[in-house]
Amino acid sequence: MTTATASRYAAEYQTIASSLPGQSLPWLQQLRREALEQFSAQGFPSPREEEWRYTNVSAIEKKLFTPSLTLTAGYIDAEWVKIHQLDEAWSVVLVNGHFSAELSVLTDLPEAVLVMSMAEALASHSDKVENYLGKAAPHKEHGFIAFNAAWFSDGLFVHVPAKLVLDRPIQLLNLVSDSDAIATTRNIIIAEEMAEIKVIEMFIGTDCAYLTTAVTEVFVEKNANVTLHKMQSESDKAYHFGGCYIKQARDSRFTHHNFAFGGLLARCDIHVDLDHASECELNGLYLGAKRQHIDNHTRITHLKPHGISRELYKGVLDDRARGVFQGRVIVAEDAQKTDSQMNNRNLLLSNDAEADTKPQLEIYADDVKCAHGVTVGQLDEKSIFYLQSRCVNEETARNMLTFAFANEMVDKINIKSFHDKVLEQVLLRFPQEGVNKEWL
Amino acid sequence: MLQIKDLHVSVGDKAILKGINLEIKPGEIHAIMGPNGSGKSTLSHILSGKSGYTVTGGSVTYQGKDLLDMAPEIRAREGVFLAFQYPVEIPGVSNIYLLKAALNSIRKHQGQSEVDAMDFLTLVKDKVRLLEMDEKFLYRAVNEGFSGGEKKRNEILQMAILEPKLCIMDETDSGLDIDALKIVSEGVNSLRSADRSFVMVTHYQRLLDYIKPDFVHVLAHGQIVKSGGAELALELEEKGYSWVEVDQAAA
Ligand SMILES: Nc1ncnc2c1ncn2[C@@H]1O[C@H](COP(=O)(O)OP(=O)(O)OP(=O)(O)O)[C@@H](O)[C@H]1O
Ligand SMILES: [Mg+2]
Repeated sequence: MTTATASRYAAEYQTIASSLPGQSLPWLQQLRREALEQFSAQGFPSPREEEWRYTNVSAIEKKLFTPSLTLTAGYIDAEWVKIHQLDEAWSVVLVNGHFSAELSVLTDLPEAVLVMSMAEALASHSDKVENYLGKAAPHKEHGFIAFNAAWFSDGLFVHVPAKLVLDRPIQLLNLVSDSDAIATTRNIIIAEEMAEIKVIEMFIGTDCAYLTTAVTEVFVEKNANVTLHKMQSESDKAYHFGGCYIKQARDSRFTHHNFAFGGLLARCDIHVDLDHASECELNGLYLGAKRQHIDNHTRITHLKPHGISRELYKGVLDDRARGVFQGRVIVAEDAQKTDSQMNNRNLLLSNDAEADTKPQLEIYADDVKCAHGVTVGQLDEKSIFYLQSRCVNEETARNMLTFAFANEMVDKINIKSFHDKVLEQVLLRFPQEGVNKEWL
Repeated sequence: MLQIKDLHVSVGDKAILKGINLEIKPGEIHAIMGPNGSGKSTLSHILSGKSGYTVTGGSVTYQGKDLLDMAPEIRAREGVFLAFQYPVEIPGVSNIYLLKAALNSIRKHQGQSEVDAMDFLTLVKDKVRLLEMDEKFLYRAVNEGFSGGEKKRNEILQMAILEPKLCIMDETDSGLDIDALKIVSEGVNSLRSADRSFVMVTHYQRLLDYIKPDFVHVLAHGQIVKSGGAELALELEEKGYSWVEVDQAAA
């Protein structure tokens, strides 16, 4: 991005700066200032940067999205929100980047558990926020994180004390209802020693162009267990940047289920740092159609010995859609006995669809087990014939196989209500014969 | 039921079947034996409509219709069933889902409504019991992670549920231990009827002890070089294939 455009955004910033939360916190003001300076100098990442090679975000330059100052700026239909809210979950609703107390459901939280908006956390628990904000996602990393640090208007803050196991998931529902809006949200999730939590991030928008930038920092302390889910079903005109940055302490476990369905241009970062004997599992499914561009960038850094990482990303690309998978696994010199597996499988349904897949292993330790595999291909003709020989017509067979390919990732979800929501979204892509919902 | 007349098939420019003639009447059981690479699977594939082959001559008539003219799924709906020599694994599609899809498309083809969910379950469970399988197999992905024997049994399970008219079994007995062979044979025998025919490709006469064929044919180098009754299989077991091939060469 040209710095001229960056400074256009920076000028725009001045109109909202005074309304952002945390005005009275010098450390935050300083952080925002530094981040803004960095963004003004660099702008959004450009394809010249190795980790952004396949994704050109310059379209965001051409449009000048503007942040909505308050929640009421957009019209929001409470019924529409309810459809997306999960049963049996605490739910934090952000509309155009602002917390809505009215739409959120936060009753019956166990004592000592903090689930609140970021603005509220900055007001009531600023010390805690200060300890974590930017620690997993430093704004130096790239322009979106810097932009996010400077501009974030609200978000989710979760703190679960040691040994506490939350029996219900926490849902973060991000809604955008305004055309040309920017929703910039910052989330922090902390699971103290031995705590266990499940969090679900959902992104939905009305049928218009807008920009979402969401940064989530997750801290999984010793022997704690966090499962994070993300379903990105933005409008098909929207731009989405969503990054999850995870720091795992010794013996901790982290699982991510990442579903990327929407957006005209969507980029997701998942960066995990693993300590001694900690484990992470990253699952992903991206479905691209029409002219969608969906980019998933994962980076797993094994810093200490005996870490385990498992990664499986699957993509289904139709029409002129383009899917990007960049998966980096870094094994530090210290990280002996690392056990890492990474897989990316892409199914191309049309001749014009494209999958760019780039696994990268950087191994500095000598006693490790690291495997990776990548496939880009069409449906298997043998399987199609087998199904035909079982009375299924060819088109139905293709749908069945494509659905099955995608559904493997959906089936990994353990939360029934969320599983059904994701399945519903996947089924929307299979209006044709072949997938009979009643039989599933 | 089925008339194959002077059928010639090639892959690329390699001729594989070189003039097959075979007539199968309703209720008959035909065994096809022959050395490796003689064209047995090719014949099975051609009958079920696999692409990649070129029919360079001859005809196949099934129930009075040109079989070669039908799409594979239409043949299947019309009652042609192939139990594969190497059943394909279909990750993500459960056995029961495929069975339901298959059965319903046959019913639709015959102008019937979708099968009632309860009736379907009863039917499927009956057949699972007949083949002494674990019900869990129903909910597993088609053939995925199944042992060789389990895959073969699963093919026969599908056959038992879909009740085809022409059952083609390509080496269903290969890789089955004796107990499994008995169970599978009983399953097949329970399907025998006056209007259902079987083509069994096999290398082993042992299968024919359990399912007695009306005819045995020897396929070699893409042609049927000898046909006879059940006793021909015994003779083949004793003398190997070379004597029929020599016989043929002498003739
Ligand atoms: N797609 C193909 N491309 C090239 N050659 C083929 C193809 N399919 C079959 N053949 C060849 O045709 C011949 C017959 O193969 P086929 O599989 O029908 O034999 P078979 O009698 O079933 O053997 P087996 O007893 O080993 O199962 C073999 O020489 C085989 O290599
Ligand atoms: Mg064969």
